[in-house]
Amino acid sequence: MIPASFDYEVADSAAHALALLTEHGEDAKLLAGGHSLLPMMKVRLARPAMLIDIARVSELSGIKVVGDQVVIGATTRHAEVAGSPLLQAEVPILAYAAAQVGDPQIRHRGTIGGSLAHADPSADLPMTLLALGGSVEITGPAGTRVVGADDFFIGPFESALGPDELLTEVRVPRGGGVSWGYQKFVRRANDWAIVGVAAYDGRVALASMGGTPLRAHATEEALRSGASIEEAAALAAEGTSPGKDFHADSDYRAHLARVLTKRALEGKTG
Amino acid sequence: MEIKLTVNSGARSDEVEPRLLLIHYLRETLGLRAANVGCDTTSCGACTVLLDGESVKSCTVLAVQANGRSVTTAEGLVAEDGTMSIVQQAFRENHGLQCGFCTPGMVMASTSLLAENPHPTEQQVREGLEGNFCRCTGYHNIVRSVLAAAEKLSAVSTSADSADSAEVIA
Repeated sequence: MIPASFDYEVADSAAHALALLTEHGEDAKLLAGGHSLLPMMKVRLARPAMLIDIARVSELSGIKVVGDQVVIGATTRHAEVAGSPLLQAEVPILAYAAAQVGDPQIRHRGTIGGSLAHADPSADLPMTLLALGGSVEITGPAGTRVVGADDFFIGPFESALGPDELLTEVRVPRGGGVSWGYQKFVRRANDWAIVGVAAYDGRVALASMGGTPLRAHATEEALRSGASIEEAAALAAEGTSPGKDFHADSDYRAHLARVLTKRALEGKTG
Repeated sequence: MEIKLTVNSGARSDEVEPRLLLIHYLRETLGLRAANVGCDTTSCGACTVLLDGESVKSCTVLAVQANGRSVTTAEGLVAEDGTMSIVQQAFRENHGLQCGFCTPGMVMASTSLLAENPHPTEQQVREGLEGNFCRCTGYHNIVRSVLAAAEKLSAVSTSADSADSAEVIA
């Protein structure tokens, strides 16, 4: 499969990328690792007239501590996030989640910013950012703004990111000692989650339980009012609207959400 | 657009369309047919090559994204005198293939895996090859091949103290 024709420019800075975005408007798409965008272009679900390659912009890549947060550049690749001793110590759930994305080859190319901007409701990193209560920094013609995970994902493959904006960095709280758990239920190697659950410090986020990654609000509330893990996990599917597909119907997904939430709240990974 | 890159230690310069996929550049433009097109959807790993030493699926990389970088295919693992790399030899010695379609991708993924983790456990090999499908072998001999290669590489790097494992593999 071959993508439709497009023009290609390499951005040499974030400002250059933004200028190119402004110049080419909605016909342009940003290209980092290309592991969400290129598959869509190959099946012609996406036909941008211009690709702006930001993978070589060094200021957009890297992992550093800033105050009580860890800041990760948008084009930092999954393999770098997964293998970062800093993240393994300060935000272990994020390093773990990045290691669950796809397979080694995909993790060598795909980027954290790309995965979040793609906003796949069944993907690992959107769910994890939501559980962490993290945020993203977005830069556009109007300046820079910071959007929290709760407001960033607005629909299936739809985020608060405008067509003329660039996701520049990802911010997550430092919390090396905070309890967390992570569950991803798949039937086949390197697949997306049939249901996924990320639990961090009393926050619980679900993947594949609706059009966006979702907070399990009823579970979180129950935990706050002193319910047991078992009681809280039984509420995990409340307020969700899971779809059905070849792998699972809605009831089965709701069942999985309850079972996996219990495991995640117990601090289990898998 | 003109791209300049290194392919299997040789400098290349070619005019390519931006939409040309790396796998098609390697197979059609350069005639390097080791990497295969399998699923064409970033799943099966038959098209795996090394980009700057790391395994990637070349059906999901544009040739222009490899501009200025170094690409290695299974052909590039073979020395000029025809000697295969230790990983390639281990696949042959341990019967790590049957039909052979997935093999170039398996060998490249294994080469990258061993460069990152020279002493993997069996479980780490199985997880490290998650992105490569084999429909013949049931994987057991492939895993055996990679573990045998790891053992041989560690013996080689112990005897040649200055060489790091990545150099020995490549």
